[in-house]
Amino acid sequence: MELIVARPEGLYCPPGDFYIDPWRPVDRAVITHAHGDHARRGNRHYLAATPGAGILRARLGEDIDLQTLPYGTPLEHHGVTLSFHPAGHVLGSAQVRLAYRGEVWVASGDYKVGPDGTCEAFEPVRCHTFISESTFGLPIYRWQDQACIFADIDAWWRANAAAGRPSVLFAYAFGKAQRILHGIDASIGPVLVHGAVEPLNQVYRAAGVRLPETLPATATSKGDPLLRQALVLAPPSAGGSTWMRRFGDYSDAFASGWMLLRGARRRRGVDRGFVLSDHADWPGLLWAIEQSGAERVMVTHGQVNVLVRYLTERGLDARAFQTEYGEEDDSLEPTN
Amino acid sequence: MRAFAELYARLDATTSSNAKLAALQDYLADAPPADAAWAVYFLAGGRPRQVVPTRVLRDLAIRLCGLPEWLFEESYQAVGDFAETLSLLLPESTQVADESLQWWLEQLLPLRGLPPEELAPRLQALWTRLDRQSLMVSLKLLTGGFRVGVSKLLVTRALAALAGVDAKRVAQRMVGYTDLAHQPTPQRYLALIAQESAEEHAQRGGQPYPFFLAHPLQEPLERFDAVLGPPQQWLVEWKWDGIRAQLVKRDGRAWLWSRGEELITERFPELAQLAAALPDGTVLDGELVIWKAPPDSDEQAFGVQPFALLQQRIGRKTLGKKLLDELPAALLAYDLLEWQGEDWRSRSQDQRRAQLEALVGSIGDARLRLSPRVTGDDWQALARQREASRQLGVEGMMLKRRDSLYGVGRTRDLGLWWKWKIDPFSIDAVLIYAQRGHGRRASLYSDYTFAVWDDSAPGERVLVPFAKAYSGLTDEEMRKVDAIVRRTTVDKFGPVRSVTPTLVFELGFEGIALSKRHKSGIAVRFPRMLRWRTDKTIEQADTLATLQGLL
Ligand SMILES: [Zn+2]
Ligand SMILES: [Zn+2]
Repeated sequence: MELIVARPEGLYCPPGDFYIDPWRPVDRAVITHAHGDHARRGNRHYLAATPGAGILRARLGEDIDLQTLPYGTPLEHHGVTLSFHPAGHVLGSAQVRLAYRGEVWVASGDYKVGPDGTCEAFEPVRCHTFISESTFGLPIYRWQDQACIFADIDAWWRANAAAGRPSVLFAYAFGKAQRILHGIDASIGPVLVHGAVEPLNQVYRAAGVRLPETLPATATSKGDPLLRQALVLAPPSAGGSTWMRRFGDYSDAFASGWMLLRGARRRRGVDRGFVLSDHADWPGLLWAIEQSGAERVMVTHGQVNVLVRYLTERGLDARAFQTEYGEEDDSLEPTN
Repeated sequence: MRAFAELYARLDATTSSNAKLAALQDYLADAPPADAAWAVYFLAGGRPRQVVPTRVLRDLAIRLCGLPEWLFEESYQAVGDFAETLSLLLPESTQVADESLQWWLEQLLPLRGLPPEELAPRLQALWTRLDRQSLMVSLKLLTGGFRVGVSKLLVTRALAALAGVDAKRVAQRMVGYTDLAHQPTPQRYLALIAQESAEEHAQRGGQPYPFFLAHPLQEPLERFDAVLGPPQQWLVEWKWDGIRAQLVKRDGRAWLWSRGEELITERFPELAQLAAALPDGTVLDGELVIWKAPPDSDEQAFGVQPFALLQQRIGRKTLGKKLLDELPAALLAYDLLEWQGEDWRSRSQDQRRAQLEALVGSIGDARLRLSPRVTGDDWQALARQREASRQLGVEGMMLKRRDSLYGVGRTRDLGLWWKWKIDPFSIDAVLIYAQRGHGRRASLYSDYTFAVWDDSAPGERVLVPFAKAYSGLTDEEMRKVDAIVRRTTVDKFGPVRSVTPTLVFELGFEGIALSKRHKSGIAVRFPRMLRWRTDKTIEQADTLATLQGLL
């Protein structure tokens, strides 16, 4: 029995008559996490893991019809038992476990297997069929321990501060930015943030995640001595905009898994690239798939063909799922 | 090794020459001379022959990573750089050490020629001692693919700053430093940065001077007066389509050097012979060409022959009498760098030219010719003469400031030379194959093969490839083309993709000749993309007949 099939509207559960992360408006949408390509506007009814409620409301509107469910708590609907389990991707991100007449499927959304302190760590869930993303589905992608990356960011910031130069770090506003804030040594200098980042910081703080004090970058103007020691967190879209003018002579960097490759770093045109991703690396993908115990794996957005072929050669029943994910967070290599 | 790998990363991460210069100076200031000797060698373009064949490295890496071959290829496709791919795929090192660059070269260079079964254990043991960054750099050294976007001039400037010696002097000492013949040693490095001594000039043997290079002049004619002043301030010559060369005569011996600092005396015995008549302590700068006296009827024409004929001469190892008769070489002299044993580079262009004219006149040998002056009352008059460039077999004009000293490479502080080239040939061609680029463009499809229509077969129009080009597009355009290539891929052959033809580009090139080695029967020189013709469909691209018409 197929518990999840790909339909033009999104991933659909026929016995339960609901969708998971639909990309077209539907009646019932189960949401894995609040990145824009997975959680879209216009659905009648939303179901999400409790820790993700704040972000979903902040992004989709306070007035959405949202039902929440704590991690690990079962909910029955048309005979399908649904539960959420941490995916370790961003605050509130969940794998969706579906059980129906003895058959178990897990749709993992986006996931990362290492813990990062800003959201519940990934929890392997046993199942018959596992739906996996494949953003970094090539063996070249192996992440370093995040402590090393934060040490690199701190060292870069410290050197810039010593030279009296602002450190502008581009990172996705939801998830990556908070993870960086949580990981850096805030004693180095003041931390300024772009207007797109701060509302999400507040949701993280409200959820009990420790973030250092942040100031709006707009409170400063060019020549402000504060800037010379500051770390500035901004979404990639702020690069090259007039908003950047206040920073004068600054050093810039970009934090993303894509920064692993020299070519991508050069195309970004920033001084530094920090390899920090909210997605599983190659060993992480293989580990999660193995831990699920699934005999069947459905591969979505990223290196679909590579992962399907690799898993097939290792004796699994692996297939591709056409989806429309991978447009808002760092599932897609940034091109500008 | 780590310091050198870090230098590589710093150089690789920036396009600013100031930042590169700072990185070089930081490295050289701290590096032990034995390491600096090798670093300068590689950065200035030194290339030891490939130590280990890429194929062997690839097979070994696949085995060590435990990956299927296709997955290695997929990874390579995503990264676009062989050494980088390997450094990302090989198991993370467990016992990182930090031996010197020199130590590493002592381990790596002797691996050349070893059979694969002996290479494997040795490489595996060596690789465990390197972090990723160092591993990548060492792989680049092994494969002979070390390139990092630093010019020899920049290395020279860094050394000059470090030594507190004039950059021209350092450039002089750098000549021959990257020869395969002798390895870099601490002694040779220290000689690069030594204080100047009185004997230095006397001990130079057959060494040439670093060539002074011209900048392209891209101003419209109306701006010439504003930018250049009146033409009377300039020495104007034709721009010859040959090989830039220096003829050195010292201590009764002659040396002929090409611009790549390659010694080519033996390939041109007639010029070595001619040099016998030159006084000792003479260095001429000029253009090496094949020259045949033009028919008397044609007073306008020069005797300079197409570049393709000169290439035939260079390609030959043995030079029979017949070849020397058929393709006689001559030196079109345009500068005098040393006279009576004295370095004349700090004298003005005018002074050097006057002495050169006197010298060439006194020799009276048809193999040594003066590159003639071109005169005109104003820039318009010169522009009119320049229109005859193609008939004359030249590439346009050279403008040299009459008060110019003879600089080093592309410096502009001592003097200024402009090359005022004629517009290149151009043709609208269709993109049919794309390949990943190198370095900065390694993950983009940036190298293209272009075709024109062959209408000669009745009823069927086919596209025949005739040129490859990889420069001329902006980064933005390149990204767009890259996306289209990926979308329209028909087939993949290794790093090359064939595409459904949809894109038309205007290609510019400098020369065109018949060629048996090309499918189209035509070879073009220095092809590059002038612009993306988004306004044209592929049917509107040019034909082979148009191309042949340019011959
Ligand atoms: Zn996501
Ligand atoms: Zn995603």
